[in-house]
Amino acid sequence: MSSLAGLRDLIKLAARRDRVMLVAWIYVLTILVVSTGYSFKGLYKTAASREALASGITHNAATLALAGPLYNDSLGALAAYKVGSATAVAAGLMSIFIVIRHTRADEEAGRLELVGSTAVGRHTALAVGLLLAAAANAAAALLIFAGCSLVGLPAGGSAALGLAIGTCGLFFAAVAAVAAQVSASARGARGIAICVLVATYLIMSAGAAAGSGGARWLLWASPIGWVTQVRAYAGDSWPVLALPVAAAAAVATGAALLASRRDLGASLVPPRPGPADAAGSLRSPLALAWRLHRVALAGWAAGALVYGAALGSIAHNVGSLLGSGGGVRNAIARLGGQSGLTDAYLAAMMSIFGLVAAGYAISVVLAMWSDESSERAEPVLATAVSRVSWAASQLFIAVAGSALVLAAAGLGAGLSSGLRGSGAGVGVGAQVARLLGAALAQLPAALVVAGVAAALFGLLPRSCVAGGWTALALATVILLLGPTLRLAQWVQDVSPFTHVPKLPGGPGSPVALAWLALIAVALAAAGLAGLRRRDIG
Amino acid sequence: MTEAIAVSGLRKSYGKTVALDGLDLSVAEGEVHGFLGPNGSGKTTTIRILLGLLRAGGGTVRLLGEEPWQAATALHRRLAYVPGDVTLWPNLTGGEVIDLLGRLRGGVDAKRKAGLLERFELDPAKKARTYSKGNRQKVALISALASDVELLILDEPTSGLDPLMEATFRDCIEAERRGGRTVLLSSHILSEVESLCERVTIIRAGRAVESGSLADMRHLTRTSISADLARQPAGLDRLPGVHDLDVQDVSGHGGRLAARVRCEVDTDKLGGLLRELTDAGVLSLVSQPPTLEELFLRHYAGARDHQEIPA
Repeated sequence: MSSLAGLRDLIKLAARRDRVMLVAWIYVLTILVVSTGYSFKGLYKTAASREALASGITHNAATLALAGPLYNDSLGALAAYKVGSATAVAAGLMSIFIVIRHTRADEEAGRLELVGSTAVGRHTALAVGLLLAAAANAAAALLIFAGCSLVGLPAGGSAALGLAIGTCGLFFAAVAAVAAQVSASARGARGIAICVLVATYLIMSAGAAAGSGGARWLLWASPIGWVTQVRAYAGDSWPVLALPVAAAAAVATGAALLASRRDLGASLVPPRPGPADAAGSLRSPLALAWRLHRVALAGWAAGALVYGAALGSIAHNVGSLLGSGGGVRNAIARLGGQSGLTDAYLAAMMSIFGLVAAGYAISVVLAMWSDESSERAEPVLATAVSRVSWAASQLFIAVAGSALVLAAAGLGAGLSSGLRGSGAGVGVGAQVARLLGAALAQLPAALVVAGVAAALFGLLPRSCVAGGWTALALATVILLLGPTLRLAQWVQDVSPFTHVPKLPGGPGSPVALAWLALIAVALAAAGLAGLRRRDIG
Repeated sequence: MTEAIAVSGLRKSYGKTVALDGLDLSVAEGEVHGFLGPNGSGKTTTIRILLGLLRAGGGTVRLLGEEPWQAATALHRRLAYVPGDVTLWPNLTGGEVIDLLGRLRGGVDAKRKAGLLERFELDPAKKARTYSKGNRQKVALISALASDVELLILDEPTSGLDPLMEATFRDCIEAERRGGRTVLLSSHILSEVESLCERVTIIRAGRAVESGSLADMRHLTRTSISADLARQPAGLDRLPGVHDLDVQDVSGHGGRLAARVRCEVDTDKLGGLLRELTDAGVLSLVSQPPTLEELFLRHYAGARDHQEIPA
């Protein structure tokens, strides 16, 4: 029997299962790019306005680190700079979710066993995941090309941008295919693949923020960097597209090799026996929540520490990037001088960590729904544990855990930027304190976003997964694109991160933070009240 | 009789789907009560309402004298529940889950736990991810049986167990009954219900269609009779309560045997039939009381006729 038997039928099944999700992802990817191109066209009509925007970007390492290098001041290049790498990250996420869903998640749930007992090949499930992800990325690439061409951007550059994003998504589909072999749980596999995605993004950031003499080669070391190296609308380096395609093929081959060496349900890491009795402390819903989340939390915190340190260590490059000239001097003055520039960069990084912490908190909140819908919550709620104490325990982990993630990021950034002397004239200890404060200032805003997920979990549980992640996606788009797209202020005000003081260096306003905290508490309370009243399961 | 569970007129619907349509259920204290019904008849929904996980849509529910939605947490200290489909946290061991659930109820008896682990032959050091369905069920069962509670609510607790373990389960429930615990046992394994339960409730399409002791229920149903007679019987088909009558004339075969009769008779009309048979000279007689299985099949088949052949 061929190892790919049954492929056609299973692809049809997968496409049917995912029809809503696929359309939504492809729509979001397309609209992200096309709407940016379209609005830039209206916003930056004159050459002078584009030049001003471009010089503002290239003279600020912070903006470069967030989005990658900018190659010229054409409309297309500006739009590609602004959303290219963010959309590539989104395409990567889409691919990871699709591949894990059809491989390890089905295997863990036992569905693959049922399907595998029919005339279906050993590698069919893996191929289904990869092909479906490839098709989704191809569709997104095609629609980005068509959309950007339609709004009047050069067709060649539009094709290059679409393909750069699509091939990047393809690469992460292959990464997810390997992760699905390595970890025995879908959650673990997703975690591994997303870690790789975040790491490649940060390598790209470091490369983009490095001066011309610095570690610019890092852009070539990262698949997200390759997206920028395609130079869409700025020369269109077509051969670069071969890099992600070749890398995806190599990694996917590795996944297939791993898959043929292991048993169904098994992972590379064999399961080990654990304790025969529970630790004496495992006697409350809070202890259970901690037991279930502690490993993942350690991973998130370690990641935040390392990435915080990496981003902090390039803070001193912000100055070296700057050329001379009136515009630049004005920009520096506006930002508060050299140290102000470094601080602005660090503040921008801290808001990114705010989004990361919100992502962590949402994942903890949504774990409640996954416990409930998989009927794991039922035996616990049939003991003397009230619904409120069950949910409040997990919410506590969400709050404390995201605080820990932020503190780790602040600590890492503070240590590394302080040690390299980027600390606005203060010592290492003081710099650590400043950045710890700056990082923790993001906490209330992160919790407001997670609070949306918590409120939905209590009031409209079936919509909490989609609603929670949509809230985070909105906050991300507003934070990263809001100012450049000149979104109306009321739209920007919707995102809690708009109200967070720009720390370190910026004017601090504890009042705004208190309001955000209050809103987060109100959302959580609404969720708990809803949970008390509704049916479980 | 004090009632551990008293449900009357219970209703619950999900949108237009009616899950429970005026269900009555009464379980006395210290009784092992069988809860039977076809798939999708509302057994699990009833149990979830008893646990206060779902809110009743109508009717009254009393569990150990309290209203389960209002007093869920306090009631849960006094009961242990084994779900039909046990899902565990993949990275906790079986032993950890047993301890945790027991402690969340108010405490586990370590000695009893050790004894149960041995009897059910469960390795508690394995991660839940590696357990089979039967072993996951054992985890929930051991945790429930090792807790000191008044009421056990068991939703198809043996559906994944092998016959040996099922026998162990019966022994354990037998011991619980002697210890005076109340058990609500939802099950499809009729021999299990027949051997363990004093009384049963059969539900179909969200309402109770039969409830009572097995002896009473048998009385309301048909006994199958097969008899060899010395003379041809007369007028059997005119007797009330006789069904599926089959009389064979075998007088040509020689010997005393003249006729063979097979039929079903409503158990309360058994006397009339026996008189007629005696008059025709009974040579041999086999009378079989209905098994629970027959009782059950009658109700299940009724459900099927009802649902699938609307014309």
